[in-house]
Amino acid sequence: MATSASSKLNKAVKQQYMSLPQGEKVQAMYIWIDGSGEGLRCKTRTLDSEPKTIEDLPEWNFDGSSTYQSEGSNSDMYLIPAAMFRDPFRKDPNKLVLCEVLKYNRKPAETNLRYTCKKIMNMVENNHSWFGMEQEYTILGTDGHPFGWPSNGFPGPQGPYYCGVGADKAYGRDIVEAHYRACLYAGVQIYGSNAEVMPAQWEFQIGPCEGIDMGDHLWVARFILHRVCEDFGVVVSFDPKPIPGNWNGAGCHTNFSTKEMREDGGLINEMWESIEKLAKRHRYHIRAYDPKGGLDNARRLTGRHETSSIDEFSAGVANRGASIRIPRSVGQDKKGYFEDRRPSANCDPYAVTEALVRTCLLKEEGEEPANYSK
Amino acid sequence: MASVSSSSHLNKTVRQQYMSLPQGQKCQVTYIWIDGTGETLRNKTRTLDTEPQSIEEIPEWNFDGSSTYQAEGSNSDMYLIPVCMFRDPFNLDPNKLVLCEVLKYNRLPAETNHRASCNKVMEKVKEHHIWFGMEQEYTLLGTDGHPFSWPPNGFPAPQGPYYCGVGANSAYGRDIVECHYKACLYAGIKICGTNAEVMPSQWEYQVGPCEGIEMGDHLWVSRFLLHRVCEDFGVVATLDPKPMKGNWNGTGCHTNVSTKEMREEGGLQYIEKAIDKLGKKHPEHIRVYDPHEGKDNIRRLTGLHETSSIHDFSAGVANRGASIRIPRQVGQEKKGYFEDRRPAANCDPYAVTKAIAITCLLEEEKGAK
Repeated sequence: MATSASSKLNKAVKQQYMSLPQGEKVQAMYIWIDGSGEGLRCKTRTLDSEPKTIEDLPEWNFDGSSTYQSEGSNSDMYLIPAAMFRDPFRKDPNKLVLCEVLKYNRKPAETNLRYTCKKIMNMVENNHSWFGMEQEYTILGTDGHPFGWPSNGFPGPQGPYYCGVGADKAYGRDIVEAHYRACLYAGVQIYGSNAEVMPAQWEFQIGPCEGIDMGDHLWVARFILHRVCEDFGVVVSFDPKPIPGNWNGAGCHTNFSTKEMREDGGLINEMWESIEKLAKRHRYHIRAYDPKGGLDNARRLTGRHETSSIDEFSAGVANRGASIRIPRSVGQDKKGYFEDRRPSANCDPYAVTEALVRTCLLKEEGEEPANYSK
Repeated sequence: MASVSSSSHLNKTVRQQYMSLPQGQKCQVTYIWIDGTGETLRNKTRTLDTEPQSIEEIPEWNFDGSSTYQAEGSNSDMYLIPVCMFRDPFNLDPNKLVLCEVLKYNRLPAETNHRASCNKVMEKVKEHHIWFGMEQEYTLLGTDGHPFSWPPNGFPAPQGPYYCGVGANSAYGRDIVECHYKACLYAGIKICGTNAEVMPSQWEYQVGPCEGIEMGDHLWVSRFLLHRVCEDFGVVATLDPKPMKGNWNGTGCHTNVSTKEMREEGGLQYIEKAIDKLGKKHPEHIRVYDPHEGKDNIRRLTGLHETSSIHDFSAGVANRGASIRIPRQVGQEKKGYFEDRRPAANCDPYAVTKAIAITCLLEEEKGAK
């Protein structure tokens, strides 16, 4: 069975060391997004005492030429702490710290999409934008084949696996359960989880988060998932179409609402207006919804397997084949939120949430984002 | 070596390290429902901000019915209505398992939501205090679909030594049974017993006595616990009524029934009246005693292997070849309960208990008017 050598190391031995007291010293693990826009990196430093807030954490730096982010001759890049969480692996008082990456000239790195997202979110603070993102993913063995699938083969066709229970339906639940508890401990706003349509495919939801928090919590949730899978010796893939053919892809459906949409009559006014604006800007959003400007999503958004086609925009109540789905309960209450089903599982949540705010709240139009810096 | 799942080989010490992480005030609630097949369970989990103290505190939810054989993709939202809450023996306190009814987009019960109509019937007959006890049989299979621990491409020695047996050559998979029993007790399921069955790798547990709608609720959740425990061990539980053709027992869900009158002195006359009424509605009952209108039970109710024939209705004291068996001690004390041996292991307990309540209790009231 394809699990890593590391996962077979003796965990009782590990526990003996992990339970050693550490005095006042605290380990802070700095986490950042690398040059691919999808990969996460991390390194740890010791602090003399427990940081109480993000301001207590010092800036740091790293070798960008080893993370596809800079040249060797000028490789130092800055890590600016942005959000702090409890560490579910090393436990209290140790911390996980999500960071922004700046280039040598203190400008944001190419894949630091948080920088602009934060500016945009600040502009619309009073609208109280809430997001909920449904992160789908596939568990693979170290051989790259989906976990639990017969080697050199396929399981029975899709049908029984969604929300399934039983060894013949749910592959890898241990990872899901461990991840959920780790997120709760860390303080990540995990909303729920379920088994997905393809076997070895799962989903967790993060939210509701306001503004910049959405991206922060989703990225840290992804880090925790990679780390949990590493402990079990398997691999998580956020590829939007890991297996070609009659197997579901993996998305990151994004639920969105503003204060006005949540109030009485929100559906008629704000929501439909927003959806109409989104309809006119489909290509701009598709470009923002995966790290390759839409090329990844082209393999997933086929119009089949509960997706809309990448070439067309559509919206409908309770319609899982549409680009935008309005949940039935929202259709009835005439207020609430809508679900953008286009983002790919490997999207950057900062890019996705920023695009939604630009189009729906800042009412931008056209293929390019507006430039507000003066 | 029996074929168990890859998942079961994942390191459980690692898992335990995560599962013992404190979770503050947050509470995980796992919603459970019956899908479009009428015999398979689905589940998903959400976080609540605090531990719910009662079922009323658990919010409605919804799910994608087009992925569970319950709706079309263009109109797929279906509602989950919490009806019964239990402690969660996997995620442990304060976390919960919540059994739900499924409603369609128009808020009418889904096709396989038999609880809605069962509940109405049980309300109507509540002064009779109808009690049920159901004997859930099941078979353990490896992930290759062959009964657990049977020789691959082969068979064990013929039936005889396995029923209530002990020893590695008689009892196959007792770990699952023991763990399931403890999980049910923890959760608050009314599990009243367990034993090894006649076919090797076949087991039985009993749930009851439960009054009215409780029977279906407790039995469905006990099945969820069974599938989940088997998943942890990497094997599969099947409720198929005839998993192995030939000279091997089938699997049923014998249903024991009594009303307040039957349990009191001289109750035997009410038992006999009820059996009489059941005798007149045999085909109607057979149709609801498995999820395929009797087609599953045809393979099991042959008249051999301690079953009655599907074509005939019969009743008798201590007779395991009859449709209805009156236990010998009930025959002696002239009060108690009777056992309907016809339901298949994969029956819907709501459909079964509803049919019995209607035939034995409501028909009489209709006749009396």
